[in-house]
Formats: sequence, C-alpha cells, structure tokens
Amino acid sequence: MDTALALGWLHATAAAVEQHEPELTALDSAIGDGDHGSNLRRGFTAVLAAVDALPPDTPVGAVLGKAGTTLISTVGGACGPLYGSALRTTGAALPTPKADITDLAAALRAGLSTIQRLGGAVPGDKTMVDAFEPAVAALERAAFDGFSLREAAALAAEAAERGARDTVPLEARKGRASYLGPRSIGHQDPGATSTALLFRALARTAGA
Amino acid sequence: MKKLINSPESVLDDALAGIAAAHPELTVDRAARVILRAGGPRPGKVAVISGGGSGHEPLHAGFVGPGMLDAACPGEVFTSPVPDQLLAAIRATDGGAGVVFVVKNYTGDVLNFQLAAELAAEDGIEVRTVLVNDDVAVKDSTWTAGRRGTGATVVVEKAAGAVAEGGGTAAEVAAAGQLANAASRSFAVALSPATVPAAGRPGFDLPQDEVELGVGIHGEPGRRRAPMRAARELAAEVVDAILAEHTLTAGDETIVLVNGLGATPLLELYIVFGEVSALLAERGIRIARSLVGNYVTSLDMAGFSLTLTKADARLLELWDAPASTPALRRP
Repeated sequence: MDTALALGWLHATAAAVEQHEPELTALDSAIGDGDHGSNLRRGFTAVLAAVDALPPDTPVGAVLGKAGTTLISTVGGACGPLYGSALRTTGAALPTPKADITDLAAALRAGLSTIQRLGGAVPGDKTMVDAFEPAVAALERAAFDGFSLREAAALAAEAAERGARDTVPLEARKGRASYLGPRSIGHQDPGATSTALLFRALARTAGA
Repeated sequence: MKKLINSPESVLDDALAGIAAAHPELTVDRAARVILRAGGPRPGKVAVISGGGSGHEPLHAGFVGPGMLDAACPGEVFTSPVPDQLLAAIRATDGGAGVVFVVKNYTGDVLNFQLAAELAAEDGIEVRTVLVNDDVAVKDSTWTAGRRGTGATVVVEKAAGAVAEGGGTAAEVAAAGQLANAASRSFAVALSPATVPAAGRPGFDLPQDEVELGVGIHGEPGRRRAPMRAARELAAEVVDAILAEHTLTAGDETIVLVNGLGATPLLELYIVFGEVSALLAERGIRIARSLVGNYVTSLDMAGFSLTLTKADARLLELWDAPASTPALRRP
C-alpha cells in the first residue's frame, strides 16, 4: 500500500458509506439509535476534505493517521473514537513509503487491538470486531500464502462480509444494542456492516 | 416528520444560536460547540464539565451556571460530543484546581470523554470522571455496556456543582457526584417513540395501545412491551422496578424526580407524581424533595422517567445549595 492507494481506499470508503447510508440507518434503528449511517457519512466527508488537502508526498501512515484524527474530531458516538483510533494506530504501524501485505495485515491487527482495548469487545459480542477480526485474519493468511494485495483484499472483504452476516443470530453484549438483550437477536450489527464496507472498499481500490 | 427545524443537518448549530440569543448570562462558543458559564476560568475552582448527545434538553446546557456546570458540550442529536469539544471546554474553564467530568454511561460518551481526559493529561490537566449509571432497566454486568445514565444526571450535576461552588477539591467534587449517583435509581416508560431529525422517522414502532417499559433516552427500545394502562398502574410498575434494585426502605427519605421525556404534558406528570407519592407513602418512604418537569428528555418521546435518590443530610444540603442556571434555580 502506498499513499495513492490509501487515498483511494478512503475515497472508496466514503463513497460506500454514502451509498449504504440508508441500510446502515435501518440496521441501527433496529438495535441502536439510527445514527450510524449519518455519523459515518459526516465523518468521511470531513476525512476526504482533510486528506485531499495533504501534500502529495505525505507518507501512507500519515494519511491514515490524519483520517483517524479527523474521524475522532467529527463523528462522536462510539464509532468515531473506535474507527478513528484504529486508523491512527494502523497508520502509525505502517512503514514508509510503501507497505506490503504483511505490513498492512500487521498494522490492521494493531488497529483491531486498539478497537478491542477501547471498546472491550471480543469476537461474538455482535460488534464491528466480528467483521474486523476475520478480515485481518484473512489478510494475514493471504500474506503468508504469498497472495497479491488484490487477492488478499478480496479475501478480507469476503471474510468481513461473512462476519457481518454472522452477527445476525448473536445477542449483543456491547454497545447500545446490548440494552435489548435477547431482542437484539435476528438483526445484523451496523458496526460490523460498516466494517465490511471498509474492507470491500479496500478490495475495490486494490483492483478486485 | 413535522419538526421546527431549518434542516436536519443544522439542528445543533441553529439551537446553539438560539441558546446564545436567549441566555446572555452564558457564553456560547458556537464554533467549538461549547456552552460556558460567563466570566472565564475561576482560579482555584474545580471546573465541572458535562456533555452528551443533543435531544435531551435542558440537559446539559440548561444546567450551566453558578452552582452546577461550568461547561456543557452538546454532540449531534443522540450522539456523544467529540474530544475536541471537551478539550475546548477544559481550556476555557480550568482554573488550576482540576476538572471533573460528569459522563452518562453509554459506550460512545465514555470513549469520547476518555480520549479527551487522556489528551488533557498530556497537557498536565488532571481530569476525574463521575460515571452516571442509574437506569435499572439495563442489567449491570461485566458482559454488557452496563446500566445507562439517565435522570440521576440532574442530581449528580447538582451535587458535584454545589461542592465545586463551595470550594471543594477535585476529589471532593467527584466524590459528591459519585455519592449522588450511587444513591439514585431510575426507570422510564415510553408512550410513543422519538423521531431523530436526520432519520426522519420514529426510532421504533409502538402500537397505540402499548407502552415500552424500560425505554432508554435515545429512542432505544426498552425491556419489554406491555398494554397501555392507567397512570396508577404504570406508576406502580415503575416504582416496583426501581425499588427492586434500590436500597431505599421504610423510614428512608428520598428526592423524587418525575421527568417528562419531551412530549408529555405537565398535567400528566403531576398525575404520575401523585401516584408515586401515594406508593412511596404506602412503603413508609418519605419524599424529602421533589422535582416535576422536563429535565432529561428524549426529543419528542411521550412518557416519563422516575428517579429516586436516597437522601441523607449531606445530599439534601447539596440539593438545596444555591444554583442559578437556565433550567434549575435555587435561591
């Protein structure tokens, strides 16, 4: 991953968030408070403005770091600090000027650790971790197997989407959905869904 | 959706303009989205800062002023404020004696206040946090997000603010807030859901003849659905739910808050208060102080919440201490 790919990923994510905002709103209305889509859209609009204003020679890690800081400053709620801090950690862990798949997988694993440290969620709690963890694991396996970034990102996107779908039968144990207890069963988690958008955007940007 | 707004996107900015125009005794930093007690930092006084999603007015901006909050940070509707707002509030109010955050227990609020406290610590400012978690509709467990912060926030902000105004240390201010929180339990009933402007439709569907018991203040559904009944029966259910999770017993004194959720007439809130008063009297619990009205709302949700605070002499003294804010005044 280089600076151009990171910028492309953020643009693709912003476009995906905008396109899927009604779906995120519907999912979040069912088990949260219905603002996940609008909050993320507001955040990624600000992210694009911030990263597009960076000098062209900005290192890839600094681009993701800037995106993270911007999300923290503009989104609010739980997903602002969680996605924002994850991107900051990911950015800080990426070597310059270019990162290979192994580097990217390790940096995203560090980002996932930040999400889990702040939010306290483990896989199975019906949160973004349920999509993020399998996506990172898929990237790690693909890196080990020597796959290209295009192939690896495609596998990660599939794993994230499967992880998001697999939140449907789960009972939420973290976040606002946890207040519903058993009534949260039968709904797909909005955070896991937006995480799947993030990894699908990476796959599209990498040419899959 | 019929709402008195200009656009869903400008709700918070337009409301801040109105607060600034209506309350010249407050300083409203519209760019930083912070509402401040006028006059800047008070040397030697602990700054009490709260915040949370918009849509719960008068919480929190309505409690800024002498005797309560030094600053309030409103987020977008039902969305916690961001760390930048909280840092701006700290910089505008820190008088060198420390800062105490009052945080309602929601994942988003906790995270944003925590990030702000970490950033403030890098600037050498120590921030203590009082977590409000009074809502007994949610099971308190290490496996969940824990009980939510609701009506008790008013009592916590009053108690912490009173100690800060009296020259207490940061530790004493936080301890007063924690005392008020530990003594308080709440439960809410919704008769109709709230509509978030950006969503444009109600957060959940509730049939005409049903109520949502244990509802949250963000339109999140509650513990269960039940048939609509007389105020007397709903009040009994709510009192029972609270007392099952409260140390209040016969002979105790209590501060009672019957709080409207936004779209319920005061007339009905007084009917509920009358029923609650009779139910507590039957149990030998004496009402020492009372508050009836809209204090922690949920946009246009209809219904009420009940907060019972077990009151000792210390809490009553703090409750009665002078305060001068838009929504709560004590001579």
